[in-house]
Amino acid sequence: MDFFEEQRENKRTTILLIVVFFLIVLLLGYFIDHYYLGFNLATGPFPFATSLALVIASVWAMISYYNGDSLVLASVSAAPVDPANADDKTKLLMDVVREMSIASGNPMPLVYLIPSDQPNAFATGRDPGHSSIAVTQGLLDKMERAELQAVVAHEMGHIKSKDIETMTVIAVLLGAIALMSDWLWRIAFYAPRRRGRNTDMRGTLVLLLVAFALAVIAPIVGQIIAMTVSREREYSADAASVEFTRNPLALASALEKIKNDFIPMKNASRGTAHMFIVDPLIKMVGDKEGFWADLLATHPPIDKRIARLRFAGHTIVAQGYGRK
Amino acid sequence: MGTGAVVVLLLIIAVIFWLVAIYNSFVRMNAGIDNAYKQIDVQLKRRYDLIPNLVEAVKGYMKFEKETLEAVINARSKAMATPPGAEKFAAEGALSGVLGKLMAVAENYPDLKSNEQVKTLMEELRTTENQLAFARQYYNDSVMTLNTKVGQFPSNMIAGMFNFKTKTYFQIEEAARATPKVDLKI
Repeated sequence: MDFFEEQRENKRTTILLIVVFFLIVLLLGYFIDHYYLGFNLATGPFPFATSLALVIASVWAMISYYNGDSLVLASVSAAPVDPANADDKTKLLMDVVREMSIASGNPMPLVYLIPSDQPNAFATGRDPGHSSIAVTQGLLDKMERAELQAVVAHEMGHIKSKDIETMTVIAVLLGAIALMSDWLWRIAFYAPRRRGRNTDMRGTLVLLLVAFALAVIAPIVGQIIAMTVSREREYSADAASVEFTRNPLALASALEKIKNDFIPMKNASRGTAHMFIVDPLIKMVGDKEGFWADLLATHPPIDKRIARLRFAGHTIVAQGYGRK
Repeated sequence: MGTGAVVVLLLIIAVIFWLVAIYNSFVRMNAGIDNAYKQIDVQLKRRYDLIPNLVEAVKGYMKFEKETLEAVINARSKAMATPPGAEKFAAEGALSGVLGKLMAVAENYPDLKSNEQVKTLMEELRTTENQLAFARQYYNDSVMTLNTKVGQFPSNMIAGMFNFKTKTYFQIEEAARATPKVDLKI
Protein backbone atom coordinates (compact mmCIF):
# COMPACT_ATOMS: atom_id res chain seq x y z
CA MET A 1 0.00 0.00 0.00
CA ASP A 2 1.12 3.52 -0.63
CA PHE A 3 0.90 4.98 2.83
CA PHE A 4 2.73 8.16 1.83
CA GLU A 5 0.13 9.07 -0.76
CA GLU A 6 -2.57 8.52 1.90
CA GLN A 7 -0.64 10.64 4.39
CA ARG A 8 -0.46 13.51 1.92
CA GLU A 9 -4.16 13.23 1.20
CA ASN A 10 -4.96 13.28 4.90
CA LYS A 11 -2.79 16.36 5.42
CA ARG A 12 -4.69 18.16 2.66
CA THR A 13 -8.07 17.12 4.07
CA THR A 14 -7.14 18.19 7.60
CA ILE A 15 -5.92 21.63 6.48
CA LEU A 16 -9.02 22.13 4.35
CA LEU A 17 -11.28 21.22 7.27
CA ILE A 18 -9.51 23.64 9.61
CA VAL A 19 -9.67 26.45 7.03
CA VAL A 20 -13.41 25.88 6.51
CA PHE A 21 -13.89 25.84 10.28
CA PHE A 22 -12.06 29.19 10.62
CA LEU A 23 -14.19 30.71 7.86
CA ILE A 24 -17.42 29.61 9.52
CA VAL A 25 -16.40 30.94 12.93
CA LEU A 26 -15.12 34.26 11.54
CA LEU A 27 -18.28 34.73 9.52
CA LEU A 28 -20.32 34.19 12.66
CA GLY A 29 -18.25 36.72 14.57
CA TYR A 30 -18.72 39.19 11.76
CA PHE A 31 -22.50 38.71 11.74
CA ILE A 32 -22.66 39.42 15.44
CA ASP A 33 -20.47 42.52 15.00
CA HIS A 34 -22.51 43.74 12.10
CA TYR A 35 -26.02 43.21 13.41
CA TYR A 36 -25.59 43.48 17.17
CA LEU A 37 -22.60 45.72 17.84
CA GLY A 38 -23.16 48.12 14.98
CA PHE A 39 -19.86 47.42 13.31
CA ASN A 40 -19.17 48.97 9.95
CA LEU A 41 -16.08 48.41 7.82
CA ALA A 42 -15.53 52.13 7.21
CA THR A 43 -16.34 53.63 10.61
CA GLY A 44 -15.70 50.92 13.15
CA PRO A 45 -15.89 50.50 16.15
CA PHE A 46 -13.41 47.76 16.86
CA PRO A 47 -14.84 44.40 15.67
CA PHE A 48 -14.93 42.66 19.06
CA ALA A 49 -16.97 39.63 18.10
CA THR A 50 -14.85 38.90 15.03
CA SER A 51 -11.65 39.16 17.04
CA LEU A 52 -13.08 36.98 19.75
CA ALA A 53 -14.18 34.48 17.10
CA LEU A 54 -10.64 34.44 15.71
CA VAL A 55 -9.20 33.69 19.14
CA ILE A 56 -11.80 31.00 19.83
CA ALA A 57 -11.25 29.38 16.44
CA SER A 58 -7.46 29.36 16.90
CA VAL A 59 -7.65 27.90 20.39
CA TRP A 60 -10.16 25.31 19.29
CA ALA A 61 -8.14 24.30 16.25
CA MET A 62 -5.00 23.98 18.40
CA ILE A 63 -6.87 21.91 20.96
CA SER A 64 -8.33 19.63 18.33
CA TYR A 65 -4.90 19.10 16.78
CA TYR A 66 -2.82 18.66 19.92
CA ASN A 67 -5.36 17.38 22.46
CA GLY A 68 -8.07 15.93 20.26
CA ASP A 69 -6.96 12.43 21.16
CA SER A 70 -7.39 13.01 24.92
CA LEU A 71 -10.80 14.59 24.35
CA VAL A 72 -12.00 11.70 22.21
CA LEU A 73 -10.59 9.09 24.61
CA ALA A 74 -12.17 10.85 27.58
CA SER A 75 -15.54 11.05 25.82
CA VAL A 76 -15.75 7.25 25.67
CA SER A 77 -14.29 6.84 29.21
CA ALA A 78 -11.23 5.01 27.90
CA ALA A 79 -8.63 4.24 30.59
CA PRO A 80 -4.93 3.63 29.87
CA VAL A 81 -3.75 0.05 30.28
CA ASP A 82 -1.42 -0.45 33.22
CA PRO A 83 1.05 -3.15 32.08
CA ALA A 84 2.17 -3.85 35.66
CA ASN A 85 -1.29 -4.89 36.88
CA ALA A 86 -2.68 -6.35 33.66
CA ASP A 87 -4.70 -9.58 33.60
CA ASP A 88 -4.06 -12.29 31.00
CA LYS A 89 -6.38 -10.80 28.40
CA THR A 90 -4.91 -7.34 28.73
CA LYS A 91 -1.38 -8.75 28.52
CA LEU A 92 -2.42 -10.56 25.35
CA LEU A 93 -3.69 -7.23 24.00
CA MET A 94 -0.32 -5.58 24.72
CA ASP A 95 1.49 -8.47 23.00
CA VAL A 96 -0.72 -8.18 19.95
CA VAL A 97 -0.31 -4.40 19.75
CA ARG A 98 3.48 -4.79 19.97
CA GLU A 99 3.39 -7.41 17.20
CA MET A 100 1.40 -5.14 14.95
CA SER A 101 3.58 -2.12 15.68
CA ILE A 102 6.51 -4.22 14.42
CA ALA A 103 4.59 -5.49 11.40
CA SER A 104 3.55 -1.95 10.43
CA GLY A 105 6.83 -0.22 11.31
CA ASN A 106 4.91 2.19 13.58
CA PRO A 107 6.24 3.10 17.02
CA MET A 108 4.37 1.44 19.92
CA PRO A 109 1.12 3.39 20.50
CA LEU A 110 -0.50 4.00 23.89
CA VAL A 111 -3.14 1.36 24.65
CA TYR A 112 -6.53 2.14 26.20
CA LEU A 113 -9.46 0.04 27.38
CA ILE A 114 -13.07 1.16 26.94
CA PRO A 115 -15.51 -0.24 29.53
CA SER A 116 -18.15 -1.50 27.11
CA ASP A 117 -19.37 -4.98 26.22
CA GLN A 118 -19.73 -4.09 22.56
CA PRO A 119 -16.74 -5.49 20.65
CA ASN A 120 -15.21 -2.44 18.96
CA ALA A 121 -11.98 -0.43 18.62
CA PHE A 122 -10.57 2.85 17.32
CA ALA A 123 -7.29 4.69 16.98
CA THR A 124 -6.61 8.36 17.57
CA GLY A 125 -3.72 10.84 17.71
CA ARG A 126 -1.98 13.16 15.27
CA ASP A 127 0.81 11.01 13.80
CA PRO A 128 2.38 7.58 14.34
CA GLY A 129 4.63 9.04 17.06
CA HIS A 130 1.64 10.39 19.01
CA SER A 131 -0.98 7.71 18.67
CA SER A 132 -3.31 5.65 20.82
CA ILE A 133 -5.33 2.52 20.22
CA ALA A 134 -8.46 1.97 22.29
CA VAL A 135 -10.36 -1.31 22.38
CA THR A 136 -13.47 -2.27 24.32
CA GLN A 137 -13.53 -4.89 27.03
CA GLY A 138 -16.07 -6.71 24.83
CA LEU A 139 -13.49 -7.05 22.07
CA LEU A 140 -10.98 -8.60 24.48
CA ASP A 141 -13.58 -11.00 25.84
CA LYS A 142 -15.01 -12.17 22.54
CA MET A 143 -12.13 -12.35 20.06
CA GLU A 144 -9.66 -15.11 19.41
CA ARG A 145 -5.99 -14.10 19.32
CA ALA A 146 -5.83 -13.93 15.51
CA GLU A 147 -9.05 -11.88 15.35
CA LEU A 148 -7.81 -9.42 17.96
CA GLN A 149 -4.60 -9.14 15.99
CA ALA A 150 -6.51 -8.40 12.79
CA VAL A 151 -8.57 -5.65 14.47
CA VAL A 152 -5.45 -4.07 15.99
CA ALA A 153 -3.78 -4.28 12.56
CA HIS A 154 -6.73 -2.39 11.04
CA GLU A 155 -6.16 0.39 13.59
CA MET A 156 -2.42 0.35 12.84
CA GLY A 157 -3.37 0.97 9.22
CA HIS A 158 -5.32 4.09 10.26
CA ILE A 159 -2.27 5.25 12.24
CA LYS A 160 0.23 4.62 9.47
CA SER A 161 -1.83 6.48 6.87
CA LYS A 162 -2.42 9.33 9.38
CA ASP A 163 -6.18 8.84 9.05
CA ILE A 164 -6.19 9.31 12.82
CA GLU A 165 -5.22 12.96 12.44
CA THR A 166 -8.08 13.76 10.09
CA MET A 167 -10.62 11.68 11.99
CA THR A 168 -9.71 13.19 15.36
CA VAL A 169 -9.83 16.76 14.05
CA ILE A 170 -13.24 16.01 12.51
CA ALA A 171 -14.52 14.63 15.82
CA VAL A 172 -13.47 17.70 17.80
CA LEU A 173 -14.61 20.23 15.18
CA LEU A 174 -18.00 18.50 14.95
CA GLY A 175 -18.29 19.00 18.70
CA ALA A 176 -17.37 22.68 18.30
CA ILE A 177 -19.99 23.24 15.61
CA ALA A 178 -22.67 21.68 17.79
CA LEU A 179 -21.72 24.04 20.63
CA MET A 180 -21.67 27.12 18.41
CA SER A 181 -25.06 26.48 16.90
CA ASP A 182 -26.35 26.23 20.44
CA TRP A 183 -24.90 29.62 21.42
CA LEU A 184 -26.18 31.21 18.28
CA TRP A 185 -29.75 30.15 18.90
CA ARG A 186 -29.56 31.82 22.28
CA ILE A 187 -28.08 35.03 20.92
CA ALA A 188 -30.65 35.20 18.14
CA PHE A 189 -33.57 34.77 20.53
CA TYR A 190 -32.49 36.44 23.73
CA ALA A 191 -29.68 38.93 23.14
CA PRO A 192 -30.78 42.59 23.19
CA ARG A 193 -30.48 44.27 19.81
CA ARG A 194 -29.34 47.85 19.19
CA ARG A 195 -32.31 50.13 19.08
CA GLY A 196 -33.13 52.76 16.53
CA ARG A 197 -31.65 51.04 13.53
CA ASN A 198 -33.77 50.08 10.62
CA THR A 199 -31.68 47.01 9.93
CA ASP A 200 -32.97 45.50 13.16
CA MET A 201 -35.58 43.20 11.75
CA ARG A 202 -33.46 42.22 8.83
CA GLY A 203 -30.49 41.60 11.13
CA THR A 204 -32.44 39.32 13.41
CA LEU A 205 -33.77 37.48 10.42
CA VAL A 206 -30.30 37.01 8.96
CA LEU A 207 -28.93 35.84 12.28
CA LEU A 208 -31.78 33.43 12.74
CA LEU A 209 -31.12 32.09 9.27
CA VAL A 210 -27.43 31.65 10.06
CA ALA A 211 -28.26 30.05 13.39
CA PHE A 212 -30.68 27.77 11.61
CA ALA A 213 -28.07 26.89 9.02
CA LEU A 214 -25.53 26.18 11.71
CA ALA A 215 -27.90 24.30 13.96
CA VAL A 216 -29.52 22.15 11.33
CA ILE A 217 -27.45 22.15 8.18
CA ALA A 218 -23.89 22.34 9.56
CA PRO A 219 -24.13 19.22 11.71
CA ILE A 220 -25.60 17.33 8.77
CA VAL A 221 -22.92 18.57 6.40
CA GLY A 222 -20.27 17.83 9.03
CA GLN A 223 -21.71 14.38 9.45
CA ILE A 224 -21.66 13.78 5.71
CA ILE A 225 -18.02 14.89 5.58
CA ALA A 226 -17.17 12.58 8.49
CA MET A 227 -18.97 9.75 6.75
CA THR A 228 -17.41 10.09 3.33
CA VAL A 229 -13.98 10.67 4.79
CA SER A 230 -14.32 7.67 7.07
CA ARG A 231 -16.00 5.27 4.66
CA GLU A 232 -13.24 5.36 2.03
CA ARG A 233 -10.68 4.89 4.73
CA GLU A 234 -12.27 1.78 6.21
CA TYR A 235 -11.58 -0.31 3.13
CA SER A 236 -7.98 0.83 2.96
CA ALA A 237 -7.47 0.14 6.68
CA ASP A 238 -8.92 -3.34 6.08
CA ALA A 239 -6.38 -3.78 3.30
CA ALA A 240 -3.60 -2.54 5.59
CA SER A 241 -4.67 -5.10 8.19
CA VAL A 242 -4.28 -7.80 5.55
CA GLU A 243 -0.89 -6.45 4.58
CA PHE A 244 0.34 -6.57 8.19
CA THR A 245 -1.16 -9.91 9.29
CA ARG A 246 -1.34 -11.70 5.90
CA ASN A 247 -4.53 -13.14 7.31
CA PRO A 248 -7.68 -11.66 5.74
CA LEU A 249 -9.89 -14.44 7.08
CA ALA A 250 -9.12 -13.43 10.69
CA LEU A 251 -10.42 -9.90 10.08
CA ALA A 252 -13.43 -11.31 8.22
CA SER A 253 -14.34 -13.51 11.17
CA ALA A 254 -13.73 -10.65 13.63
CA LEU A 255 -16.15 -8.45 11.67
CA GLU A 256 -18.61 -11.31 11.49
CA LYS A 257 -18.49 -11.68 15.28
CA ILE A 258 -18.95 -7.94 15.80
CA LYS A 259 -21.89 -7.97 13.42
CA ASN A 260 -23.63 -10.82 15.22
CA ASP A 261 -22.95 -9.47 18.70
CA PHE A 262 -24.33 -6.01 18.80
CA ILE A 263 -24.92 -4.20 22.07
CA PRO A 264 -25.23 -0.41 21.88
CA MET A 265 -22.25 1.54 23.23
CA LYS A 266 -23.34 4.08 25.81
CA ASN A 267 -20.59 6.63 25.50
CA ALA A 268 -20.14 6.75 21.75
CA SER A 269 -21.76 9.73 20.03
CA ARG A 270 -22.47 10.94 16.50
CA GLY A 271 -19.28 12.99 16.82
CA THR A 272 -17.03 9.98 17.41
CA ALA A 273 -18.90 7.16 15.65
CA HIS A 274 -16.86 7.52 12.46
CA MET A 275 -13.67 6.63 14.33
CA PHE A 276 -14.58 3.07 15.29
CA ILE A 277 -13.83 -0.05 13.23
CA VAL A 278 -17.59 -0.70 13.09
CA ASP A 279 -20.24 1.97 13.66
CA PRO A 280 -21.00 1.74 17.41
CA LEU A 281 -24.48 3.31 17.13
CA ILE A 282 -26.32 1.80 14.21
CA LYS A 283 -27.14 -1.87 14.12
CA MET A 284 -25.54 -2.94 10.91
CA VAL A 285 -27.24 -6.25 10.26
CA GLY A 286 -29.17 -6.16 7.03
CA ASP A 287 -27.19 -3.15 5.89
CA LYS A 288 -28.81 -1.39 3.06
CA GLU A 289 -27.04 0.11 0.13
CA GLY A 290 -27.83 3.01 -2.13
CA PHE A 291 -28.14 6.78 -1.85
CA TRP A 292 -29.75 7.10 1.59
CA ALA A 293 -27.65 4.38 3.12
CA ASP A 294 -24.59 6.12 1.71
CA LEU A 295 -25.77 9.37 3.22
CA LEU A 296 -26.45 7.92 6.64
CA ALA A 297 -23.68 5.40 7.20
CA THR A 298 -20.22 6.21 8.54
CA HIS A 299 -18.99 2.81 7.44
CA PRO A 300 -19.25 0.64 4.35
CA PRO A 301 -21.78 -2.18 4.71
CA ILE A 302 -20.14 -4.74 6.96
CA ASP A 303 -21.23 -7.63 4.74
CA LYS A 304 -19.44 -6.06 1.82
CA ARG A 305 -16.26 -5.72 3.88
CA ILE A 306 -16.49 -9.35 4.99
CA ALA A 307 -17.12 -10.55 1.43
CA ARG A 308 -14.09 -8.66 0.13
CA LEU A 309 -11.87 -10.04 2.88
CA ARG A 310 -13.06 -13.58 2.21
CA PHE A 311 -12.33 -13.11 -1.47
CA ALA A 312 -8.87 -11.73 -0.62
CA GLY A 313 -8.39 -14.76 1.63
CA HIS A 314 -8.98 -17.12 -1.24
CA THR A 315 -6.68 -15.17 -3.54
CA ILE A 316 -3.90 -15.09 -0.97
CA VAL A 317 -4.19 -18.79 -0.24
CA ALA A 318 -4.17 -19.48 -3.97
CA GLN A 319 -0.98 -17.40 -4.29
CA GLY A 320 0.63 -19.38 -1.48
CA TYR A 321 0.82 -16.54 1.05
CA GLY A 322 -0.81 -16.35 4.38
CA ARG A 323 0.02 -17.26 7.91
CA LYS A 324 -1.74 -19.29 10.51
CA MET B 1 14.65 39.49 -15.35
CA GLY B 2 12.62 38.18 -18.27
CA THR B 3 9.76 35.72 -18.04
CA GLY B 4 11.96 33.04 -19.51
CA ALA B 5 14.54 33.42 -16.76
CA VAL B 6 11.83 33.22 -14.07
CA VAL B 7 10.43 30.03 -15.61
CA VAL B 8 13.89 28.48 -15.76
CA LEU B 9 14.58 29.47 -12.15
CA LEU B 10 11.27 27.97 -10.97
CA LEU B 11 12.02 24.78 -12.87
CA ILE B 12 15.43 24.50 -11.22
CA ILE B 13 13.87 25.00 -7.78
CA ALA B 14 11.24 22.36 -8.53
CA VAL B 15 13.90 19.88 -9.63
CA ILE B 16 15.93 20.53 -6.45
CA PHE B 17 12.87 19.95 -4.27
CA TRP B 18 12.18 16.73 -6.14
CA LEU B 19 15.78 15.54 -5.70
CA VAL B 20 15.67 16.28 -1.97
CA ALA B 21 12.37 14.41 -1.63
CA ILE B 22 13.77 11.29 -3.30
CA TYR B 23 17.02 11.52 -1.33
CA ASN B 24 15.05 11.80 1.93
CA SER B 25 12.88 8.84 1.02
CA PHE B 26 16.03 6.74 0.58
CA VAL B 27 17.35 7.86 3.95
CA ARG B 28 13.99 7.10 5.57
CA MET B 29 13.79 3.64 4.01
CA ASN B 30 17.32 2.74 5.08
CA ALA B 31 16.60 3.84 8.64
CA GLY B 32 13.44 1.74 8.69
CA ILE B 33 15.30 -1.30 7.41
CA ASP B 34 18.11 -0.92 9.98
CA ASN B 35 15.52 -0.60 12.71
CA ALA B 36 13.71 -3.73 11.55
CA TYR B 37 17.02 -5.58 11.55
CA LYS B 38 17.68 -4.54 15.14
CA GLN B 39 14.18 -5.69 16.07
CA ILE B 40 14.96 -9.14 14.71
CA ASP B 41 18.09 -9.27 16.88
CA VAL B 42 16.15 -8.20 19.96
CA GLN B 43 13.58 -10.96 19.43
CA LEU B 44 16.22 -13.60 18.82
CA LYS B 45 17.91 -12.75 22.14
CA ARG B 46 14.57 -12.77 23.92
CA ARG B 47 13.86 -16.19 22.51
CA TYR B 48 17.23 -17.54 23.74
CA ASP B 49 16.37 -16.31 27.25
CA LEU B 50 12.87 -17.70 27.21
CA ILE B 51 13.59 -21.25 26.11
CA PRO B 52 15.41 -22.55 29.25
CA ASN B 53 12.56 -21.28 31.48
CA LEU B 54 9.94 -22.82 29.27
CA VAL B 55 11.71 -26.17 29.04
CA GLU B 56 12.16 -26.18 32.81
CA ALA B 57 8.46 -25.47 33.35
CA VAL B 58 7.08 -28.10 30.99
CA LYS B 59 9.64 -30.83 31.72
CA GLY B 60 7.61 -32.40 34.52
CA TYR B 61 4.46 -32.62 32.43
CA MET B 62 5.99 -33.84 29.22
CA LYS B 63 7.99 -36.83 30.37
CA PHE B 64 7.12 -38.64 27.19
CA GLU B 65 8.29 -35.85 24.91
CA LYS B 66 11.94 -35.93 25.89
CA GLU B 67 13.03 -35.92 22.27
CA THR B 68 11.05 -32.78 21.48
CA LEU B 69 12.53 -30.96 24.46
CA GLU B 70 16.04 -32.07 23.63
CA ALA B 71 15.58 -31.01 20.03
CA VAL B 72 14.59 -27.52 21.26
CA ILE B 73 17.60 -27.25 23.55
CA ASN B 74 20.00 -28.45 20.87
CA ALA B 75 18.54 -26.16 18.21
CA ARG B 76 18.90 -23.23 20.61
CA SER B 77 22.55 -23.99 21.36
CA LYS B 78 23.29 -24.41 17.69
CA ALA B 79 21.59 -21.14 16.76
CA MET B 80 23.44 -19.27 19.51
CA ALA B 81 26.78 -20.72 18.47
CA THR B 82 26.44 -20.02 14.74
CA PRO B 83 28.07 -16.74 13.64
CA PRO B 84 25.85 -14.29 11.70
CA GLY B 85 25.33 -15.19 8.08
CA ALA B 86 23.34 -17.51 5.90
CA GLU B 87 23.96 -20.47 8.24
CA LYS B 88 22.66 -18.50 11.20
CA PHE B 89 19.40 -17.85 9.32
CA ALA B 90 19.06 -21.57 8.72
CA ALA B 91 19.80 -22.41 12.37
CA GLU B 92 17.23 -19.85 13.59
CA GLY B 93 14.74 -21.25 11.11
CA ALA B 94 15.32 -24.75 12.49
CA LEU B 95 14.80 -23.44 16.03
CA SER B 96 11.47 -21.87 14.97
CA GLY B 97 10.51 -25.25 13.53
CA VAL B 98 11.12 -27.27 16.69
CA LEU B 99 9.50 -24.59 18.86
CA GLY B 100 6.41 -24.76 16.68
CA LYS B 101 6.39 -28.50 17.20
CA LEU B 102 6.76 -28.09 20.96
CA MET B 103 3.77 -25.74 21.07
CA ALA B 104 1.70 -28.14 18.98
CA VAL B 105 2.61 -31.12 21.16
CA ALA B 106 1.85 -29.14 24.33
CA GLU B 107 -1.75 -28.91 23.13
CA ASN B 108 -2.11 -32.63 23.98
CA TYR B 109 -1.44 -32.05 27.70
CA PRO B 110 -4.50 -30.54 29.40
CA ASP B 111 -2.68 -30.24 32.76
CA LEU B 112 0.05 -28.29 31.08
CA LYS B 113 -2.36 -25.85 29.50
CA SER B 114 -4.01 -25.11 32.83
CA ASN B 115 -0.71 -24.32 34.57
CA GLU B 116 -0.55 -20.53 34.99
CA GLN B 117 3.21 -20.27 34.68
CA VAL B 118 3.31 -22.43 31.56
CA LYS B 119 0.43 -20.48 30.07
CA THR B 120 2.29 -17.21 30.58
CA LEU B 121 5.50 -18.62 29.14
CA MET B 122 3.69 -20.11 26.15
CA GLU B 123 2.05 -16.78 25.35
CA GLU B 124 5.40 -15.06 25.73
CA LEU B 125 6.96 -17.55 23.35
CA ARG B 126 4.07 -17.16 20.90
CA THR B 127 4.35 -13.37 20.86
CA THR B 128 8.14 -13.55 20.52
CA GLU B 129 7.79 -15.91 17.57
CA ASN B 130 5.17 -13.62 16.04
CA GLN B 131 7.25 -10.50 16.59
CA LEU B 132 10.19 -12.24 14.98
CA ALA B 133 8.10 -13.26 11.99
CA PHE B 134 6.58 -9.78 11.66
CA ALA B 135 9.96 -8.06 11.98
CA ARG B 136 11.26 -10.27 9.15
CA GLN B 137 8.17 -9.61 7.11
CA TYR B 138 8.56 -5.84 7.60
CA TYR B 139 12.28 -6.08 6.84
CA ASN B 140 11.66 -7.98 3.62
CA ASP B 141 8.79 -5.74 2.50
CA SER B 142 10.93 -2.66 3.14
CA VAL B 143 13.91 -4.15 1.32
CA MET B 144 11.66 -4.89 -1.63
CA THR B 145 10.45 -1.28 -1.74
CA LEU B 146 14.05 -0.04 -1.47
CA ASN B 147 15.34 -2.37 -4.16
CA THR B 148 12.54 -1.38 -6.51
CA LYS B 149 13.39 2.28 -6.00
CA VAL B 150 17.10 1.73 -6.44
CA GLY B 151 16.48 -0.01 -9.74
CA GLN B 152 13.64 2.08 -11.08
CA PHE B 153 13.95 5.18 -13.27
CA PRO B 154 14.23 8.03 -12.30
CA SER B 155 15.05 7.34 -8.64
CA ASN B 156 17.92 5.05 -9.74
CA MET B 157 19.87 8.17 -10.84
CA ILE B 158 19.77 9.58 -7.32
CA ALA B 159 20.56 6.17 -5.84
CA GLY B 160 23.63 6.03 -8.09
CA MET B 161 24.67 9.60 -7.26
CA PHE B 162 24.54 9.08 -3.49
CA ASN B 163 25.50 5.42 -3.46
CA PHE B 164 22.25 3.96 -2.10
CA LYS B 165 22.47 0.22 -2.70
CA THR B 166 20.04 -2.67 -2.83
CA LYS B 167 19.87 -4.90 0.25
CA THR B 168 19.47 -8.65 0.59
CA TYR B 169 16.33 -10.39 1.79
CA PHE B 170 16.21 -12.48 4.93
CA GLN B 171 15.35 -15.85 3.53
CA ILE B 172 15.52 -17.02 0.01
CA GLU B 173 12.02 -18.50 -0.06
CA GLU B 174 10.60 -15.30 1.35
CA ALA B 175 12.59 -13.16 -1.02
CA ALA B 176 10.81 -14.71 -3.96
CA ARG B 177 7.48 -13.71 -2.49
CA ALA B 178 6.30 -10.21 -3.14
CA THR B 179 3.83 -8.53 -0.77
CA PRO B 180 0.44 -9.88 -1.73
CA LYS B 181 -1.41 -7.08 -3.46
CA VAL B 182 -4.81 -6.70 -1.90
CA ASP B 183 -6.98 -3.83 -2.96
CA LEU B 184 -10.26 -3.63 -1.09
CA LYS B 185 -11.29 -0.34 -2.65
CA ILE B 186 -14.17 -0.23 -5.06
